[in-house]
Amino acid sequence: MDTLLAANSLAEYLHTNGVPVVGPLDESTAMIVAAVVHVALVGAWFGLPAGLFIWAERKISARIQDRLGPTRCGGKFGWLQSLADGVKLIQKEDLVPKDADGLMFRLAPYIVVVASFVGYIALPFSDGWAAMTLDVGLFLTLAVLSLEVLGVILAGYSSGSKWALFGAMREGAQMVSYEIPMAICALCPIITAGTLNLNEVALLQSGGAWNWNILHPFNFFAFFVYFTCATASCKRAPFDLAEAESELVAGFLTEYSGFRWSLFFLAEYASMFLVSGLAVVLFLGGWDDGLGIITAIKAAFPDGLGNFIANVIGLKVFLVKSSILVCVQIWVRWTLPRLRIDQVMTTCLKYLIPISCFLFAGTVAYPLVLAKMFGQTSIIGAPAGERLVQPGVARKTTSLESNGISPAGVQVSSASAERSQP
Amino acid sequence: MSTAEFILFWLFAALTCGGAIAVCVSQNVVRMAFSLVLTLGSTAVLFLLLGADFVGATQLLVYVGGTLVLIVFGVMLTATGPFTRIKSSAADGILSGLIGVIFLFIVASTVTSVRWVDTDEEQGVASKVAFGTHAKTVEGGFNPVQQGNTTRQLGLSFLSIRPDRDLNLGVTRASTEEPKLSVGYLLPFEIVSVHLLVVLVGAAYLARTKRRTKS
Repeated sequence: MDTLLAANSLAEYLHTNGVPVVGPLDESTAMIVAAVVHVALVGAWFGLPAGLFIWAERKISARIQDRLGPTRCGGKFGWLQSLADGVKLIQKEDLVPKDADGLMFRLAPYIVVVASFVGYIALPFSDGWAAMTLDVGLFLTLAVLSLEVLGVILAGYSSGSKWALFGAMREGAQMVSYEIPMAICALCPIITAGTLNLNEVALLQSGGAWNWNILHPFNFFAFFVYFTCATASCKRAPFDLAEAESELVAGFLTEYSGFRWSLFFLAEYASMFLVSGLAVVLFLGGWDDGLGIITAIKAAFPDGLGNFIANVIGLKVFLVKSSILVCVQIWVRWTLPRLRIDQVMTTCLKYLIPISCFLFAGTVAYPLVLAKMFGQTSIIGAPAGERLVQPGVARKTTSLESNGISPAGVQVSSASAERSQP
Repeated sequence: MSTAEFILFWLFAALTCGGAIAVCVSQNVVRMAFSLVLTLGSTAVLFLLLGADFVGATQLLVYVGGTLVLIVFGVMLTATGPFTRIKSSAADGILSGLIGVIFLFIVASTVTSVRWVDTDEEQGVASKVAFGTHAKTVEGGFNPVQQGNTTRQLGLSFLSIRPDRDLNLGVTRASTEEPKLSVGYLLPFEIVSVHLLVVLVGAAYLARTKRRTKS
């Protein structure tokens, strides 16, 4: 193995190569150590954006409303405000209403948190830097994201309050319906790439901004539809009518206080980053810097320290891109008015679903039409299949390929490109 | 199977069974639904432990994310009081016990009728017990776990390439001869998809608001 790809390969690495002092570990120990390392890394990143983006949200919303926002806590810009908020929230009393179903009421926040935490399993932060590089990556992430609604419904139902129940019903209806166009739009770049493996999807876009999926005409619109649906699935304004203060007090959060309340928000900010990260991997080139610098470094140093440095730069690029998308979500929240519930459902069922279906069909037909008319499967950049076999871009061939069969989508695109050239 | 996997298997197997028992024992509908989450979610983890991550993810998406949400919605919409309780009579218990025993018999006879030794040695799709460290690393490539275990093979099967049969034919890129490949699952898949579509349209037709003709 040239790189430590995933939890499994870290476990494998510890098992075969061993750690410097102790020597090779046995299988179970290696697996546990690898799991702990990954959980610690992902867990740290799970907690970090919440603090960071809550501060950003306070500052950005303040600036939009011509205020200053937090200024004192932690020095000049109030950057310790989130920490102070956290300390305050933990100190608060953990209330359970008398009419509530106590067990369910206490459990619900954890379901929401676990759902958005597990979503990070397959998200690659840089080339191969994912907890698990799975071939079902996107599928698993979407599946896990759909579990969040369960926690919300349970929270609303078990609170024993009408506000909470109304909020949960709205939220449930909204999240379940917005899942559909979101999944369909997320499939558009998957069709272009020919793999569900998020790491490979991003690798296929490396080498420069002209290779990014967003320049594909159908994926371009799919990105905006996806991002709208992702905002809705994170319960963010203008789709936050589950917590519409003016009508529903605080929706499904009405009865929650202290730590459990903050768990919901931790999960919300974490899934905001998660859906933004997914958008970056699927549409915006993942960790690619857009100028081909990282690809060039990787081609020059296929192994060792140079490759590692390229990965670190890629990590930073990825984080910056995702953070920009999160900031767009914040910006939208503080500038757009909230929709009514019937408008929310109309937007999804009458507009977004047909649009996403059209985009899906378009993405399928696009390479075929191009190949028939112009003899190549993409206008800008090399066909995906050729990019995959370029040296330095993707050096990992699977065992299936070495047996003469390439992954399905790649085979199709490269075959049609070859056929057209005399 | 390493010790850690062994422990994980038994933990999630116990959770699956515990959740199932809780569904039967509990009388509170919402708690029953949550126990179902536990059962179905743990089943998904068991699939993942087997290396069948596509099936595991599907289990999560269809049953936990889809069906269960539907059940919870149904409970919330049909409930008369705040926390509905279900009380079952003795006849119900006897009847369901009988059905349970029959199902147990079917499952047990199915499990015992398979020769598991053979399936382990075969390069079958589902029989790879490879979650983690036993997976043999292919030179210069992903190990079976990173290949997505079954996903890629399932996908290729839908495109009429059966990796479990066709990979050992000795086909290379250089050979000009058209290799004899097995028949895939594209047609059955399409037929099932169209059936599902028909069911969806039918459901939408049945559920739509009936317009009354003005007389």
